[in-house]
Amino acid sequence: MCLAIPVKVVELLEAEQALVDVGGVRKEVDVSLVDGVQAGDYVILHVGFAINRLDETEAQKTLAMLREMGVQPEAAA
Amino acid sequence: MKYVDEFRDGKVARSLAQTIAAEVRPERRYHLMEFCGGHTHAISRYGLRDLLPPEIHFIHGPGCPVCVLPIGRIDSAIELARDHGVILCSYGDTLRVPASERMSLLRAKAEGADIRMVYSSADALKIARDNPGREVVFFAIGFETTTPPTAVALRQARAEGLKNFSVFANHVLTPSAIQNILESPEVRELGTIPLDGFIGPSHVSTIIGSRPYEFFAEEFQKPVVIAGFEPLDVLQSVLMLVRQLNEGRAEVENQFSRAVTREGNLKAQALVAEVFELRDRFEWRGLGEVPYSALRIREAYRDFDAEVRFDLPYRSVPDHKACECGTILRGLKQPQDCKVFGTVCTPDNPLGSCMVSAEGACAAYYTYGQFKGSAEVAEAS
Amino acid sequence: MSANPKPLKRGYIRPLDLKHGKVEMSHGGGGRAMAQLIDELFQQAFDNPWLRQANDQALLTRPEGRIVMATDSHVVSPLFFPGGDIGSLSVHGTINDVATSGARPLWLSAGFILEEGFPLADLKRIVDSMAAAAREAGVPIVTGDTKVVERGKGDGVFINTTGVGVVPDGIEISGDRARPGDRILVSGYLGDHGVAIMSLRENLSFSTNIVSDSAALHDLIAAMLRAAPDIHCLRDPTRGGLASTLNEIARQSGVGMAIREEDIPVREEVEAACELLGLDPLYVANEGKVVAICPAASADALLAAMHIHPLGQDAAIIGEVIEDSHGFVQMETSFGGRRNVDWLSGEQLPRIC
Repeated sequence: MCLAIPVKVVELLEAEQALVDVGGVRKEVDVSLVDGVQAGDYVILHVGFAINRLDETEAQKTLAMLREMGVQPEAAA
Repeated sequence: MKYVDEFRDGKVARSLAQTIAAEVRPERRYHLMEFCGGHTHAISRYGLRDLLPPEIHFIHGPGCPVCVLPIGRIDSAIELARDHGVILCSYGDTLRVPASERMSLLRAKAEGADIRMVYSSADALKIARDNPGREVVFFAIGFETTTPPTAVALRQARAEGLKNFSVFANHVLTPSAIQNILESPEVRELGTIPLDGFIGPSHVSTIIGSRPYEFFAEEFQKPVVIAGFEPLDVLQSVLMLVRQLNEGRAEVENQFSRAVTREGNLKAQALVAEVFELRDRFEWRGLGEVPYSALRIREAYRDFDAEVRFDLPYRSVPDHKACECGTILRGLKQPQDCKVFGTVCTPDNPLGSCMVSAEGACAAYYTYGQFKGSAEVAEAS
Repeated sequence: MSANPKPLKRGYIRPLDLKHGKVEMSHGGGGRAMAQLIDELFQQAFDNPWLRQANDQALLTRPEGRIVMATDSHVVSPLFFPGGDIGSLSVHGTINDVATSGARPLWLSAGFILEEGFPLADLKRIVDSMAAAAREAGVPIVTGDTKVVERGKGDGVFINTTGVGVVPDGIEISGDRARPGDRILVSGYLGDHGVAIMSLRENLSFSTNIVSDSAALHDLIAAMLRAAPDIHCLRDPTRGGLASTLNEIARQSGVGMAIREEDIPVREEVEAACELLGLDPLYVANEGKVVAICPAASADALLAAMHIHPLGQDAAIIGEVIEDSHGFVQMETSFGGRRNVDWLSGEQLPRIC
């Protein structure tokens, strides 16, 4: 469910809002659900609200694992 | 787009698919239920079935809050707009869902009801502020991902003393639905539907964390892999499930670790708990009444509860007799098995919940996969 | 011998207040007010020999060749958007409808339905925009009409444009002419117009640099026909986007289509905006693009001709026409999987799910 998309926080605004950017498109969203959001963070945007922050380290780990998992085993499984 | 494009790499996808093909045991099937409209969408949009070996079989679970919204609740929303003259604010998804008497929110709008599409609960609040002389009702739907935004709106409304704003709450809970499916007699005792494991929802899990799924893995001995939203996430999760099943494990694994932790978003959870409480039971289209599966607005916020402010008697409306959604949602049947699929029941004229939203099993199959023909599908089952 | 009589003193007629004035019912009444509106606003802007005659119709010379006529009514909201307005859109839209038959557009008509109270300043802006679009395209607006409806019964302004053109011999273009083996081409980036419009809709507000692609395509199409006179089909993917256009042609021709996602040009910003709203760029409107279906042997020459034209620089071959009695449009995803690109069901609405 839940159409949500990772967006980059460009600028914090007042009243717990932030300006975010995805692919050059900018939007003002509510960040009251996530503590300590900073400009430069990536958050997941759903219905105009940031619902969580994205962890860069974990993302890199996942990507590395993806590439590794895709490598064919030398011997038959 | 960062965090998106990398997880859509076609080359990595193809080699992942080859690994999966190499690891599936040819003598068995892997029946994996994906409980997230977003996953249904990703599988269809990227044609993931074509990449995966025939041993992998996806079942579309009831992961679409629009699909499982009972007709009676939409009737009530229409009633609010038509008979109580409120400004009804609704997400786009719900506008087209057919309700009783061939009505829908869109049709009611065409007939003069003041129904407005909003992208966010914040928009509904703004409409309330801009129209102090009118009652404004926010038609809230969604699983745990969409509930915190409604809670924020309610909290703001109370802080501002907005007298003309209320919420018609239809938020439902994921674990309850999973439990309902796993406890249906066919799965538990008779073993009629092979349901081997779950591809856990992405964004619901960012809110509730991975913890709630541990109960299912333990109690029902079914592995759960919480999967990210992108196609590579789905493929990786399929591989993780295949490995768990091959190794006889039944654990909760978190593939979407870049956004999901074991505890989830505690701040959001706390806010939801402040504003909402459990309903004893709630009707789910296709599943019938499910206990402790939905939320209602708490006493402290009852002033903003549309069901209290307006007299809205609830009438349960059954689905079309030939509709097989109940069995399809539980993985017992496929869309093609339904007698009315593609004939009377189409995306333009949906009879049941599975066809109603683009994420529904039947709608997704109709829109994306129909051209493959039943012969190919039968071969893959 | 009497001297020339003194000219009659004429009463002072106040010119239209194009800065602060509003459309009034009398502007559609057929009387002086309407004549003034036509004279000072429409005629000034569109100025050409036909309009100067001030008749209710335009007398035209019969052209050589087969005559094509097309009509379009424009109800777009908002009226002004990045990259254009309802005026330029109405000129481009009808020119394109005529041009996609292979015809050279010759003349346009413009009918206006104005809402009482609509600001004359906005009307002037729209009319000037139409005039500029028509001049740039070299297609004059030779006749028109104006009506005014009561406040509340219109959306500011509705415009109908009708166009007439002529098809040269040897050109046979029609939606039912697609044949298995033909190649499918698009003239450039898809989805720009729809996203530009949507960015202005209340409640969906997001800011973007995307600008509507609204443009007159007749010059590009003429270049395309010179390079590939055996083009089978041409259509501009307006409402409903590329997907709807391909499904229409597939049905008309009784064929199927196989396209490749990777080859379809979509700007990153348009993709991002669609992701945000849950829309599919394949179904988003375009107002300055053309889909062409031609025999395989002509495809490369056609593509080359498009590339050297300013409106076709990003053109691409995106797929082939295939045998398929069901008329399905199939797409090979960037993953190598296949999916169906179905007809649009109702209107594409932003979703949360």
